[in-house]
Amino acid sequence: MSAALLAELPALPLHEAGKYVAAAYIVLFALVLIYVAIMAIRLSHLERDLGELLAREQVSADEQSPGAERESTLV
Amino acid sequence: MYGKGLRALSIATVAVIAIALALVFFWAPLEADQGFLQKIFYVHVPLAIVALCGFVAGGIFAIQHLRTRDARWDMRSYVAIHMSLIFGVATLITGSIWAKGSWGHWWEWNEPTLVSFLIVFLLYATYQPLRFAIEDPERQARYASVFAVTAGAFVPLNFIAVRLSSAYLHPRVLGATSNLPWQMSLTFLVSLLGIALLFVTFCKYELTAKHTRAQLRALRRLADRRAGTASVAPARRGRSAAPSLHATAMTAHPREGRGAR
Repeated sequence: MSAALLAELPALPLHEAGKYVAAAYIVLFALVLIYVAIMAIRLSHLERDLGELLAREQVSADEQSPGAERESTLV
Repeated sequence: MYGKGLRALSIATVAVIAIALALVFFWAPLEADQGFLQKIFYVHVPLAIVALCGFVAGGIFAIQHLRTRDARWDMRSYVAIHMSLIFGVATLITGSIWAKGSWGHWWEWNEPTLVSFLIVFLLYATYQPLRFAIEDPERQARYASVFAVTAGAFVPLNFIAVRLSSAYLHPRVLGATSNLPWQMSLTFLVSLLGIALLFVTFCKYELTAKHTRAQLRALRRLADRRAGTASVAPARRGRSAAPSLHATAMTAHPREGRGAR
């Protein structure tokens, strides 16, 4: 279906100017991609920090009431 | 707080950019003079407009920060300028590519629009080092706001000065002398909307990430205090150009809640 749709679309005049136009739009695409990658790294740091905090809280909760059953079942 | 509406905004951004790309490549007519190369116009000009508007928005947020001394306005100003710098880099790169394809040179020093944009960009490139040079967060925020207001006022003045200059080498696309066909104008406006939405979405992502980080830091301090491991003095963060959001600043004042988003 996608092949049929592509066949219906008008052909792009990708001659001499095509490489410049492609380069300009790749810059925009790269900008978005780099930003998403940076946000993914930040999110993984946040997840790690939150995990550490949760583990610490769990240890201190265990120390305060050693017999009590763990409430959190987060993996 | 900052993450509210982020999903809808992201979806709207993707949808508008997809529509804009479809209009650019499959609907907008080819320009008689430049032909297919003119398609760069739909990405370069919106990037430049949004970057300049972002700089001005940074100045407006800085005024709010100086008026209210609320750290959240400083954060908004910082994020707007930070994003505008990134969009500015993209503007310069796409502009250079267009110049090479159109004029045969990567850069034209006799062109007032190009050089003035570079001056504005270089001016704002000193914003981060300025912040980083001041260790005290309070002073850092105040000085950065003064800079953002001054530089923000310079942006429209610079724009007007270039418009009034006699050498009209750079193509004028907006204004009374514009003779764009309506298909091109509509495609341009959709592209502008898409880039503006991208800017707002990135700013919102950035603010949400910084706010979440501040909340996590506050949570850790609370946990330290409860465990009795916290020192008497508040923990000092390392030197940073980014503004610091304190736990007190994270809770919106009821009076300010309306304009806080």
